[in-house]
Amino acid sequence: MDFFFQLPLWIQGAVKGLAVIAVLFPLAAACSMAERKISAWIQGRPGPNRTVVPWLAGIPIIIPFLQRLGVFQLAADGGKFVFKEDVVPGHVNKLYFIAAPILAMIPALSTITIVPFGAYFDSAGQLVPLVLANVDIGLLAVLAISSLGVYSVILAGWASNSKYPFLGSIRASAQLISYELSMTLSVLPVFLWVNAPGGQGTLSLFAVVQAQSGTGFFNGLWLGIWMPVSAFIFLVALFAETNRQPFDMAESEADLVGGFHTEYGAFKWSLFFVAEYAHMIVGSGVFTLLFLGGWNPLPWIPLTRVVHGLSHWISFAGHPLFMGVLGVLIFLGKVGFFIFFFMWIRWTLPRFRYDQIMKLGWQKLLPLAIGNLVFYALLIALIQK
Amino acid sequence: MADSLFYIFAFFTVACAVGVVANRNAVNGAMCLMLCLMGIAGLFVLLDAYLLAALLVLVYAGAVVALFLFIVMLLDMQGGVKRPFKKMTAVASLASLGLMLVGVSMLGSRGHLATLPSPAAAAAPVGAVLKNYAELLFTTYLLPVQVMGFLLLIAMLGVIVLSKKFEGMEDIK
Repeated sequence: MDFFFQLPLWIQGAVKGLAVIAVLFPLAAACSMAERKISAWIQGRPGPNRTVVPWLAGIPIIIPFLQRLGVFQLAADGGKFVFKEDVVPGHVNKLYFIAAPILAMIPALSTITIVPFGAYFDSAGQLVPLVLANVDIGLLAVLAISSLGVYSVILAGWASNSKYPFLGSIRASAQLISYELSMTLSVLPVFLWVNAPGGQGTLSLFAVVQAQSGTGFFNGLWLGIWMPVSAFIFLVALFAETNRQPFDMAESEADLVGGFHTEYGAFKWSLFFVAEYAHMIVGSGVFTLLFLGGWNPLPWIPLTRVVHGLSHWISFAGHPLFMGVLGVLIFLGKVGFFIFFFMWIRWTLPRFRYDQIMKLGWQKLLPLAIGNLVFYALLIALIQK
Repeated sequence: MADSLFYIFAFFTVACAVGVVANRNAVNGAMCLMLCLMGIAGLFVLLDAYLLAALLVLVYAGAVVALFLFIVMLLDMQGGVKRPFKKMTAVASLASLGLMLVGVSMLGSRGHLATLPSPAAAAAPVGAVLKNYAELLFTTYLLPVQVMGFLLLIAMLGVIVLSKKFEGMEDIK
């Protein structure tokens, strides 16, 4: 452990960053299998359950279990994407056609640097967040970086040089830009509440979780219960920003073949998909931090209290590592539920039409978000007086 | 470290800015503008102005340039033909070069460059704390902010009036 802290700062940063990506990237890939399995479950069919590695097929119990779970199908799909011939159609703009999937990955993987996923007490008794960069502008940086994701959609559609991708990308980018506004406005009450008068003012996500991890009535209240309208608007905008059904304008399989990635195949196509799932994971993480108490197990029962209580019973519970791992597991559990929720909604609501999406975004969500902001600004001023 | 990062970002910004002007293809130009804004955001981060950097990326790189790209693609501008050289172009470029030289020499002769405050002597960066922005925006710069908001509102109304076709009396209501 000491060896790690003696390394130069930039090597430490690189190692930490790679470690987080090494978790996020396979998790995003595994989401694609989860999507197929959950879709199958909701539709009452078994889903992928045949693929198996031939020389492992003889091992009893474990291998048939994994086979039914579709784990080998995931590996086979991954292998196929890597080894399949990567066709670049002749009529495309090569530079932007190749750049688009890369541009999709960059914001998807860089937003994770600012998202905290756990906390522990260091040797000085200080609560330290588990995060790559604990910056003061936290959420604003997440929104800023993820807003760059729109370029991959625009460029992919335009560079493909054919009509369906172009229509898909125009629709999707209009949707992405429209819903960003409601999303930003819906989180403002949260920060009005977190930044009590007298403070320095912060947009850090860690501070939001801290504001939800007390034991008093308002301190321990999760903001999702305290500000349900904000949470709802944020969630709807999150569905739109990640291009998930019912806001699936980017693809619209029924009328646009495959939307902006119609002309893509093999590895480049899989990059788009991993980026979409990475966006979902990071978005669910941000929602969990803002409205569902982050790594705290239940409202009014913060993680610190749980660890303190457990340390009477279990000897190693006081160790920082235990608290860190427990926090990350609780956080990942909540994120996992939201990923399930995304897939659940996909098979519950039909896709909106383009004009319905624009109406919903500009005429319903945006006024609702502004009204919500004014209401909470007055309410918070009254409470904190 | 900060110095070398400054040179990297400064070079990147200027190179992209030249790319915006020099590119014949409008899509390349818009992408260069986006990269140029990212470089400026990097320079802001080096100045500890994190909020400005995030807002620059969020508003300009994330939305405004995306709308530029939108328009460029909808109008399908593939870069026009090379315009013939005119005498006026030569006169204009000579005049602008002269003005730039005069400006730089004025800056040098006044001695502003020699007496730049050293980093240690400079006050704590105002931009590092979010509260300072809020206070300045609601006190010293309240009027400019309101005026800018009003101008933007006028521009928005103008766009609506120009782009919407009014045919009967019902449309005006």
